[in-house]
Amino acid sequence: MTAVHESTDSDRKPVDVHDPKLDRFDIVKEGLRRDEIEIITYESQFQGVNSKAEKRVVRNIALLFAISGVAGLAFLGFYIWWPWKFELGSTTSDFYTPLLGISLAISLFALGFAILAWAKKLLPHEVSIQKRHDGESPSDEQVITGQTMLFVADELGVQRRPLLKGAIGLGLAPLGLVAAAPLIGGLIENPHKGEEPMMYRTGFDPVANDGKLVRLTRDDGSPIRPDDVSTGGQMTVYPGIPHGATNEYADSPTLLIHLRPDDAQETRDAANADRRNAGSMWGDYVAYSKICTHAGCPASLYEQQTNRLLCPCHQSQFLITRNAQPIFGPATRRLPMLPLNVDEEGFFVAKSDYKDTVGPDFWERP
Amino acid sequence: VKRRKMDLAQAPANFAKGVDGRFQAATPLRALLNKVFPDHWSFLLGEIALFSFIILLLTGTFLTLFFDPSMKEVAYEGAYPALRGTEMSAAYESSLHLSFEVRGGLFMRQMHHWAALLFMASIVVHMARVFFTGAFRKPREANWAIGIALFLFGFLAGFTGYSLPDDGLSGTGLRIASAIMLSIPVAGTWISASIFGGEYPGDLIIGRFYIAHVLLIPGGLLGLISVHLALVFKQKHTQWPGPMRTNTNVVGERMFPRYALKQGGFFMAVFGTVALLAGFFQINPIWLFGPYRASEVSSASQPDWYVMFMDGLVRLMPNWQIYIFDYSIPPLFWPAVVGLGALTTVPMAYPWLEARRTKDKRVHNLLERPRDNPERVGIGAMAFTFFIVATLSGANDVIADKFHISLNAMTWAGRIGLLVLPPLAYFIAVRMCLSLQQHDREVLAHGVETGIIRRLPNGQFMEVHQPLGPVDEHGHQIPLEYGGWVVPKKMNRVGALAPAVKGFFFPVEKPAEIPVSPGMPPVTGADDREEITSGR
Repeated sequence: MTAVHESTDSDRKPVDVHDPKLDRFDIVKEGLRRDEIEIITYESQFQGVNSKAEKRVVRNIALLFAISGVAGLAFLGFYIWWPWKFELGSTTSDFYTPLLGISLAISLFALGFAILAWAKKLLPHEVSIQKRHDGESPSDEQVITGQTMLFVADELGVQRRPLLKGAIGLGLAPLGLVAAAPLIGGLIENPHKGEEPMMYRTGFDPVANDGKLVRLTRDDGSPIRPDDVSTGGQMTVYPGIPHGATNEYADSPTLLIHLRPDDAQETRDAANADRRNAGSMWGDYVAYSKICTHAGCPASLYEQQTNRLLCPCHQSQFLITRNAQPIFGPATRRLPMLPLNVDEEGFFVAKSDYKDTVGPDFWERP
Repeated sequence: VKRRKMDLAQAPANFAKGVDGRFQAATPLRALLNKVFPDHWSFLLGEIALFSFIILLLTGTFLTLFFDPSMKEVAYEGAYPALRGTEMSAAYESSLHLSFEVRGGLFMRQMHHWAALLFMASIVVHMARVFFTGAFRKPREANWAIGIALFLFGFLAGFTGYSLPDDGLSGTGLRIASAIMLSIPVAGTWISASIFGGEYPGDLIIGRFYIAHVLLIPGGLLGLISVHLALVFKQKHTQWPGPMRTNTNVVGERMFPRYALKQGGFFMAVFGTVALLAGFFQINPIWLFGPYRASEVSSASQPDWYVMFMDGLVRLMPNWQIYIFDYSIPPLFWPAVVGLGALTTVPMAYPWLEARRTKDKRVHNLLERPRDNPERVGIGAMAFTFFIVATLSGANDVIADKFHISLNAMTWAGRIGLLVLPPLAYFIAVRMCLSLQQHDREVLAHGVETGIIRRLPNGQFMEVHQPLGPVDEHGHQIPLEYGGWVVPKKMNRVGALAPAVKGFFFPVEKPAEIPVSPGMPPVTGADDREEITSGR
């Protein structure tokens, strides 16, 4: 079902725009006719010229422009003279940004409403109809363009000259590779290069420490004695090597936990029953990687009562007393355990690097 | 020789002639001035996105003057005492400097962030408008696909921008992004190593994200937006059905002056809204998060709202790992890579899928009221319900904390809700559409309910209906055909119950106008015009 709209275009005759008797609107209407537009209504919103109502609208619009200007000046005033330098505590500079915001917003809103009021209240109401031209081009145009394109192909004569076809391929393909080569060659990094690929190594690896065992340290680099962690307490520790606590060793942060004796016994039994974790605890102390095996956030929320570690990013939960197996959430893999020992000076050291891969999982993880 | 006097009054005309003599501008310029645009409030949703983008370009350029995209470690010595002496990257240091020691810098940063949030929000709402009214149908399928691509580009622009300050939150986001790359089968470790230039985090990523955020992605956005607008211009805007409106015309007002003025005013209003938000509502207070450290994160670490659906899907995904011999696919792969990929590509095909299913090859310039296509509304309701459940799950730890609900219960509710609620939304939406259709037809058959109850001599009660058209000999309305447009259902829609006195402070002595359909100024059509009978 299509709608019926009987066009009156045929009634409208072209006019001579150079005819001096035409007024400006007649010429505008001739332009509309040429653009296939028909004005249905075009009427002033006011009765008569300079009516009371019109004057009121004009006054209001002028007022809005004035408000916009005043608020703009206020913005400049605040920007220049209001104290803006940050100071700790409640100071007048705290209001700097809100004052900029309110003055700029008032200025912009007033300008916007002034323009909108001008368009909506002052200008004549109008309903115009313009024709659309949808669908295909005329069929002869399609034929001409199609044939022209085919003629271009004929002229090039690639079809007739198979040698050129091959030559183009041979010539252009390497050049395309030339364009791609620096991008790919420059960016690509082999994650498995070297004897100890970066994926499988943390700062606790003695190799990076001239073969000496790596101490567990606080973020200021100070080593840790067993007494420093109270029963039921936990501490984030880093490898005791240069830059060990920085993001250079983003896989190394480790959670050192001092378990209560009964929990420790349970944990020890579970660890010793496991091939990799056997003998990794030291006394009632256990250390797990802090890097969640799901997406790499630090699994840092330690719940003492239930012995769970919770990752705040995606809520994976790990049970400390059972080799940090995941018990809820999207993580599939347990947190690796760091083999602990205490050196002759009484500080914690890592017996070796982690035996499991630290951090988020990936395709070829051993 | 006497010098000819210059005629100043003729100068503009002479200049115009000169321009036209070189560029033949007269005809195209007239067509531009005369171009007719249809008018409806919902057509302005896309404009909000465009205006936000302009604000983003303006404020973003300002920010680049002060931002240092470097990961070199420096010690902070700036104005914010709580962080003095802390080691941090130069990127974070310059972001703090911008916030505290550049006059108006914090205001500009907040404008930039709020405009970005508004940009994404208006894109989503605009797409919903286009979807539910069928504006994507032939000939506008390509523009729909470009719109989806714009969402993806906006998403990437938002994520790269969020990562630049290198504060605690953005580093956490980067870490998750690296884990998402790692989860891709076969190539994951290679992709991550190549993008980060080695092991995460390396010292290149801020510089790389910076050039992506200020050049590559905005360039893509600018190109896509230009094509998007050019196509709207070329294909002309869709319009609602209504009096005089057909599939082959545009009813509205000419671009100049009224339409263009309204656009300008609207831009100022959007700009003002962003300024207000930026002045009064703190966003991303990076100094509270501290520099990024791999060992630190706090609870309630939420991304920007348009990334939350992905975070939510990641949280809800069960821990299913697929093992293939010695290799495995981590569960993170499905929601983050497949989920985002599908959500930003599959909808592109929807216009063609729908046309294929309904065997509809016609050109549609008239919009469809959502109720007239219940299936489409059902599918849209399903998609949005999925999106909302996923987004809420992205904040499930905050919800659990604030409402004292178990966190695990929230996760399970999300998992079940993600599967159960969308089909339920489909069912409810379809039933609502059918009921609304039914009610439209009832009014067209019997007239508007007046709320006046009449008692007949035989004791029967009946409600008086106001006929909408001609009546038969019993005074009953002759059923009207549905025109694809708003059916008046209340008496004040047909001119009754107008307020007795108009005017806010002063009474305006003007007879109450006869209200018409929303979005349609009063017209006095010629007699030979017939109301269109269908929107399809």
